[in-house]
Amino acid sequence: MPLSLAHALKQAAIAGLLALGLAFPILALRSDQDMNNRLIVETRWSWAIGAALAIFALRLIGLYLQHWRANRPQSVRSNEARKDYGTPLAWAGLIILFAFPFVILSLLGPQGALKWINNYGIQILIYVMLGWGLNIVVGLAGLLDLGYVAFYAVGAYSYALLSTTYGLSFWICLPLAGLLAAFWGILLGFPVLRLRGDYLAIVTLAFGEIIRVVLINWIEFSNGSAGISSIPRVTFFGLPFTAGEGGFAALFGLEFSPIHRVMFLYFLILCLALITNVVTLRMRNLPIGRAWEALREDEIACRSLGINTVNTKLTAFALGAMFGGFAGSFFAVRQNFVSPESFTFIESATILAIVVLGGMGSQIGVAIAAVLMIGGTEVLRELDVLKAIFGEGFDPAQYRMLVFGLGMVVMMIWKPRGLISTRTPTIFHMKRRAVSSDLVKEGHA
Amino acid sequence: MENFLQQLINALTLGSIYGLIAIGYTMVFGIIGMVNFAHGDVFMLAAFIALLIFLALTQLLGLASLPIAFLIVLVVAMVLTALWSWAIERVAYRPLRGSFRLAPLISAIGMSIFLSNFVQVVQGPRNKPVPPMFTDFVRLTDGPLSVALSYKQMLIMAVTAVLLVGLWFVVQKTALGRAQRACEQDRRMAALLGIDVNRTISLTFVIGAALAAVAGVLYMMYYGVVNFADGFVPGVKAFTAAVLGGIGSIPGAVIGGLLIGLIETFWSAYFSSDYKDVAAFSILAVVLIFMPSGLLGRPDVEKV
Repeated sequence: MPLSLAHALKQAAIAGLLALGLAFPILALRSDQDMNNRLIVETRWSWAIGAALAIFALRLIGLYLQHWRANRPQSVRSNEARKDYGTPLAWAGLIILFAFPFVILSLLGPQGALKWINNYGIQILIYVMLGWGLNIVVGLAGLLDLGYVAFYAVGAYSYALLSTTYGLSFWICLPLAGLLAAFWGILLGFPVLRLRGDYLAIVTLAFGEIIRVVLINWIEFSNGSAGISSIPRVTFFGLPFTAGEGGFAALFGLEFSPIHRVMFLYFLILCLALITNVVTLRMRNLPIGRAWEALREDEIACRSLGINTVNTKLTAFALGAMFGGFAGSFFAVRQNFVSPESFTFIESATILAIVVLGGMGSQIGVAIAAVLMIGGTEVLRELDVLKAIFGEGFDPAQYRMLVFGLGMVVMMIWKPRGLISTRTPTIFHMKRRAVSSDLVKEGHA
Repeated sequence: MENFLQQLINALTLGSIYGLIAIGYTMVFGIIGMVNFAHGDVFMLAAFIALLIFLALTQLLGLASLPIAFLIVLVVAMVLTALWSWAIERVAYRPLRGSFRLAPLISAIGMSIFLSNFVQVVQGPRNKPVPPMFTDFVRLTDGPLSVALSYKQMLIMAVTAVLLVGLWFVVQKTALGRAQRACEQDRRMAALLGIDVNRTISLTFVIGAALAAVAGVLYMMYYGVVNFADGFVPGVKAFTAAVLGGIGSIPGAVIGGLLIGLIETFWSAYFSSDYKDVAAFSILAVVLIFMPSGLLGRPDVEKV
């Protein structure tokens, strides 16, 4: 059936009018304080009309897109094996990751490369690692955790406090931070064993917030919202990255440059992330990993088959938390500063969004999702092109979280099962193959 | 004693606001089994809409009478917030109905992030001081520590009571209410019996948002300041109220709201106001763990 233009225009006009109604007070009026701190209101009709026109256009495009998709010949979804792109993609990604800092360095020189390796490389890899850590809890064990940032905070504060109070080095604190976070994972996991689905999500959210509020208010312990500053920097297994005698540069006969430390941090987080990945992949083949996945698909069936769900859930929580703790202590050593500001609910939501968008349980999917979401929002910071279009006062960084939130909604509507929506069963007949996750039952709770 | 009475009045005021928000959570959860994460931000949006309408009425149109202005603000905020919530449901939740269970939750979290940042971008990140309204109060007792009941507090309790009676009427006595209760029990069966399920769900969102809008207007008037980040914590507390009262139960949400108001106020008054959020979050965890069906909720039995 062809889509009549009149009908499409009418639909789009309704959407546009609706948008005008929605935009009326919030866009068309703007309140601001004057000199006496009194609120005054001014009108800004152009914004509301612009929004209405934008929605009109979007709806029109959307209608034609929908029409096009509906009339396209349908591909039949089958149980047939799909081609497994995972392994070659993973190897390619690995090579790119190891080559990335050197390529950037040779292209931009030490000054220009600093920003790229730091803002893109390290930042994205932290989220890849957090995503892989949370993937154990959410993707494999199917336990929806909205308070993952709590363990990240435990790791960061462990290193910050142990190093500033007792002068312990990063290499001692790193395993300690992981252990402490795992301990907290079990501690927080224990009471929520009976909960499932949305309820579990909300309780873990509450735990995350409790830890943050305590960090803000318990000033003797954590220095409150001022945070802990001058945390010792990372060393090359004991060698400091300093300019003088006995530094990393002097010992290896290199000219001192801040790029050394950044490069080292990059490879450190890369290794930590890869350890997370390897451990997860290996665990999937162990009985415990299979128990996790069984738990995700059906808890009652799991219990009927004699799987100890308490141990299964607690190990998932503890292991996920441990990797969160490692990432946290890396975060502290990279920033040299921690404060409760860094551990808000938005962080947990971001990490969860990465896991879900990646296609829960898919390692490579999580990595791609982290690159898209974190890299994408970082790119938005840089876009000076937009400044040229919207005028000098336009600051793209402001719109970062706005686009991020909208992106989460759009991604869910477009691909609710995530980017890599196939499952590779650990037990297979004759040949290893992936199946579409639409065919998986999963979580009826 | 005076202090106790004063705190009781404050607690009931706060509890009324939480109760109004909690109804939105509980109705939506009852009908589609989803935690509408963006509901707290809808409440915040309503407070902003109310503030802007109020400023426009008094400054641009020069309306002098405060009660009339308040009434107009209340009605316009309810209508516009309901429209927002309808649009959100339509755009972000309806396409995901029948999808796997995490999808609507993630979408709602995205919507929540979008709404708070949207308000931040278009209205600025600073606190908005609201011009004081209804500043008079009645002294209930005389003495060095007198108990005062302000007009604002009376207004909040009165508006809440009227709305609850109205809601009770809608849910118990009208065709819409019957349809809602039917969808809550069995959506497929309700559809077979000729109930427009999608429309009923939309209207549930609309009613919840209208009540949250009233809460937003009252919150703005009572505290005299609004901020784009104000949706999250009241939202979680109202959700706690809904869980405490038994999610899915409307009287439960109101009772839960009042209880959370009481606990929070007395905790701040007698222990520590720094940790009042910890108190609310801990209650949420404890209730969910030990009493997941709440005070008035039905126990959730899983059938195989």
